[in-house]
Amino acid sequence: MRRVNVYAPILVLGLLSTGFAVVSVVAGSLTGPKRYNRARLDAYECGIEPTPQPVGGGRFPVKYYLTAMLFIIFDIEIIFLYPWAVAFDSLGLFGLVEMVLFIVTVFVAYAYVWRRGGLDWD
Amino acid sequence: MSVHTLGRLPLAYQPAGTFGTDPWWLVVLKAVGIFVFLVVMTLLAIWWERRVVARMQHRIGPNRVGPQGLLQSLADGIKLALKEDIVPRAADKVVFVLAPVLAAVPAFMAYAVMPFGPQVSIFGHRTMLQLTDLPVAVLYVIAVTSIGVYGIVLAGWSSGSTYPLLGALRSSAQVISYEIAMGLSFVAVFLFAGSMSTSQIVNQQTNLWFAIPLLPSFLIYATAMVGETNRAPFDLPEAEGELVGGFHTEYSSLKFALFFLAEYINMVTVSTLATTLFLGGWRAPWPLSLVGVDPAHPEGLLNTGWWPVLWFIAKINIFIFVFIWLRGTLPRLRYDQFMRIGWKILIPVSLLWILAVAAIRALTLDITLDRRTLFVWVGGVLAVVFVVSLAWDTLAERRGAAGAQDVPAAGFDPMAGGYPVPPLPGQSLPAYADLAVSPVSARAGSAEPDGTRDPVEGDDA
Amino acid sequence: MNAAVTVVFALLGVLAVGSALLVVTTRQVVHAALWLVVALGAVAGCYLLLRAEFVAWVQVLVYVGAVVVLLLFALMLTKAPIGVSEDLDAGLAQRVVAAMVALATGALLVTVLVDGFSGEVIDQGATGGAPAIGASVFRSWVLPFEVLSVLLLAALVGAIVLSRRDVPGAGAADSVAGGR
Repeated sequence: MRRVNVYAPILVLGLLSTGFAVVSVVAGSLTGPKRYNRARLDAYECGIEPTPQPVGGGRFPVKYYLTAMLFIIFDIEIIFLYPWAVAFDSLGLFGLVEMVLFIVTVFVAYAYVWRRGGLDWD
Repeated sequence: MSVHTLGRLPLAYQPAGTFGTDPWWLVVLKAVGIFVFLVVMTLLAIWWERRVVARMQHRIGPNRVGPQGLLQSLADGIKLALKEDIVPRAADKVVFVLAPVLAAVPAFMAYAVMPFGPQVSIFGHRTMLQLTDLPVAVLYVIAVTSIGVYGIVLAGWSSGSTYPLLGALRSSAQVISYEIAMGLSFVAVFLFAGSMSTSQIVNQQTNLWFAIPLLPSFLIYATAMVGETNRAPFDLPEAEGELVGGFHTEYSSLKFALFFLAEYINMVTVSTLATTLFLGGWRAPWPLSLVGVDPAHPEGLLNTGWWPVLWFIAKINIFIFVFIWLRGTLPRLRYDQFMRIGWKILIPVSLLWILAVAAIRALTLDITLDRRTLFVWVGGVLAVVFVVSLAWDTLAERRGAAGAQDVPAAGFDPMAGGYPVPPLPGQSLPAYADLAVSPVSARAGSAEPDGTRDPVEGDDA
Repeated sequence: MNAAVTVVFALLGVLAVGSALLVVTTRQVVHAALWLVVALGAVAGCYLLLRAEFVAWVQVLVYVGAVVVLLLFALMLTKAPIGVSEDLDAGLAQRVVAAMVALATGALLVTVLVDGFSGEVIDQGATGGAPAIGASVFRSWVLPFEVLSVLLLAALVGAIVLSRRDVPGAGAADSVAGGR
């Protein structure tokens, strides 16, 4: 059972920090004063009356979505690079060739995105 | 066929030393120790930051509470606890309370695998100075810290307010963009160490710190870690002029304190990761590492016992000082500049560097070529290329700005959305089109974003 | 596996299925995404108990840390409302069909897994760690690995095409408000 024991300390630290965070959040609502004020509970917009938000309107740039999508793709590339790197010495030149092929293919996609302006924020 | 039938692993892959054998009291002691260490480091780092930035700006900084103002952050924390805990009316109450917890807990948990030192004796019990270690420790760290993004996204969304939502989007887009560069910079380290276990990686740096042969990786990581922690000059989510406070605008009292704590712990964590992966972890710096070395003690005096904790903390604090120094020196980047560095420089450079490292390693695996020398040379060349590309980019930016007059003025609607709006640089009011000031002179004294685009790649941007 | 591990495994399984049910039944769209995080995290815990350490953390990194973040981004870009969305509920007929499809998929997966792996015993000494995965992927599964890169290429191209601005009539896909 050695391997589960390795995770036991992580669990202990997790419980400790969760306990601390929960206690802080609860304590914060107990220690502070409570004076009702209608304006205080409004959304903060630098002191002016909050602008009413249109329902379903006022969207954001789609760029953010694209960034998240690029992130997933490169994340997947990274998780393949890790075991490859760790096992590299036993894979040798063959492993290198495989990874070059893989990276080049992803790089083509990357170049396409660059060319299409997917990496520009302006 | 399946993975688990593949048999035993190479020895180097497993953590160095014994883990998972500590008695319970020791596990709890270490966990509490890490917790206290992180909280104290946060309090000290805040104080240090304020003092150092003050000195850089010819001020004194906080010096009233405690000796040299050391207890200032503690006093601030107590003050925050006595402030009213505001939950905005429009907020999603459950998620609003959950978000600071989600930000703080992963920040603490990432520290579980950080090696503070070698084997020591605690109350007569031989144990590693590290809570635990996993064969996939570094992967664990980035996986756990990636959960921290939820704290940001959910805080911004659940506030039910515009500025926090904008700040959260910017912040999380920034964190995930630089996470890629960060993840890629580790690959070369794993190639060298043949392991993802932190203790093993430190062990592999007995003779040479990885920062020297893997200089480009180190530089990429150092850049990415500043972006990842949203620190100056990459502190765009907190651009006060644009976004008020960023994602935590609506937070007050101890919930706000938790975000603050998480931010500083993340700073300590990325600094520790840099220390562990590139600067030899807890190992003594070079001349000191030779003290007391003899055949009986190959590690030397200063690499055994409790000494390493000193080097470890010193190295972390050097990184934190650099963080503060950057903040005191550099102006904030624009969002598009920031994203360009992340996506167009750091990622391709690190991919190329990984292939270069792998190629050199594959070619020298059998030949007894002096690999180290080769790496230092190749690494040096690539570091130069990296710096030159950054400089070239800055120059191109300037040139682009100079050629920005020809930005089309079309598409500007002075009554967009039914409200009168001022023209941005590069746009001009239709009636005064011929009188408009040229964008260059208009923006000479300001850092306003403009319609700058790279003439080479701006085909449809 | 000993008894304790089996119990924990079962609990994680219940947690995964329970939160997955909440994903489809909750009426608050962002809460659904959060329950999805719980479900995916519980699956990661199952992997961990099955000694697939590397896969477990990859699950956390990719699914919890990236895929659901993408989901949340999509929700925010469309300004997901706070509170209950009434239009999140489907009609009875749709519910029945969805439940049947889910049951059929589940039955298919269970059959395949039981058929393929029912006799397998997990070697306690070996681990599903990175070198084992590396050796397996880069020796036995080279072709799928290379094909995967083509899949990533397709995904990227798709992402770009979706967000193109130079297609006539696609202006609506671009920003309306809220920053550059």
